[in-house]
Amino acid sequence: MSNEFIKLFELIIAASLINNFVFTRFLGLCIFFGVSKRMETAVGMSITFTSVMMISAALSWLVFTHVMVPLDITFLKIIVFIGIVAGFVQATDTIMRKVARVLYYKLGIYLALISTNCIILAVPLINAGERYTFFESLAFAFGSGIGFSLALIIMASIREKLELADVPEPFKGVPIAFIVTGLIALAFTGFSGLIRI
Amino acid sequence: MSQAGKISYRELVLNGIFKENTIFKLALSLCPSIAVTNNVRNGVLMGAAVLFVQVMVNITISLMRNLIHPRIRLPIFMLVISGWVTVTDMTMAVFAPAAYKQMGLYIQLIVAFASILARAEMFASKNTFVPSMFDGIGMGAGFLLALTVISFFRELLGKGSLWGYQIINAKPLLILVLPAGGFFAVGLLMGFFNWISTKYEGRQ
Repeated sequence: MSNEFIKLFELIIAASLINNFVFTRFLGLCIFFGVSKRMETAVGMSITFTSVMMISAALSWLVFTHVMVPLDITFLKIIVFIGIVAGFVQATDTIMRKVARVLYYKLGIYLALISTNCIILAVPLINAGERYTFFESLAFAFGSGIGFSLALIIMASIREKLELADVPEPFKGVPIAFIVTGLIALAFTGFSGLIRI
Repeated sequence: MSQAGKISYRELVLNGIFKENTIFKLALSLCPSIAVTNNVRNGVLMGAAVLFVQVMVNITISLMRNLIHPRIRLPIFMLVISGWVTVTDMTMAVFAPAAYKQMGLYIQLIVAFASILARAEMFASKNTFVPSMFDGIGMGAGFLLALTVISFFRELLGKGSLWGYQIINAKPLLILVLPAGGFFAVGLLMGFFNWISTKYEGRQ
């Protein structure tokens, strides 16, 4: 029992720090550079992302294991996962608007943005590719969400300062953000020896 | 843009390659620009896959544009895109198994490319077959060009080789093949492109 817990914990650490989605897998870069300009949006985005990621990972695991594998239609996984994620996000959007108005005004705008984002789609695809169990899938999704939030918040706090910095004209905006990300990625390579799997 | 009759096909292609280059100008679909560009072969394969999907999606949408009800157009576009991505994915898995092992995930994630959906929505759903095809070729070629340029520099400087053949025998700059180096390379190239374009526009 405790062995399984250690394995799940290792999975979370590996997904959040060692194989960080932004710095070593390079996913979700569009959104990473798009919303990391202000701290407030970065925090809202991280919360929405982590929860959507976990729920869509759980849903797609259920569909993949109990519908697609028995029917032998795993080659359709791209289409099916897109459908699941988009449908789920749309449903949450509608329900939240009716039930939790305050939350909707805070986070609703991010929900609309992420329905077909590569990072959200990557989690179910990796889960299916690695044949994770249900709890492993959840742990992986949670770790990835934490990792992405970490990256987004680090970047947002740097970029708020970067606004005031004197950057050479052609490098203003996205290019300098890339260079800064490269420096953070360099720091994150230091985590690579943390866990031996 | 909606009146394609006035724009020549050459301009459509050039627009995708230079003026609206997906990576360097619009800063969209950045994920694979770093993930698969540590050697030229992977970069070119990935670019070719994107070119293929973009052209086929544009053709399909422009042929179907009168059948699609405007209110459900986005789900239909997604279905068309994911269908063509699945085709590419399975083809790559058979014909280039070694490369597929390294970049299979990124091939599958072509489906989430903002640029492909944007071209389907903005261009192919309003134009006829031939201009849509040329638009697809332009956008795809721009992407292919960007990936080739990035991977050219990264492999040449990071490993001292091109397409797997050793060219420089000095000690390579290892950092460029590391994840961090990808960010540096793209950042520097983007800055360079910006510098070129401001200089060019300033002269006119």
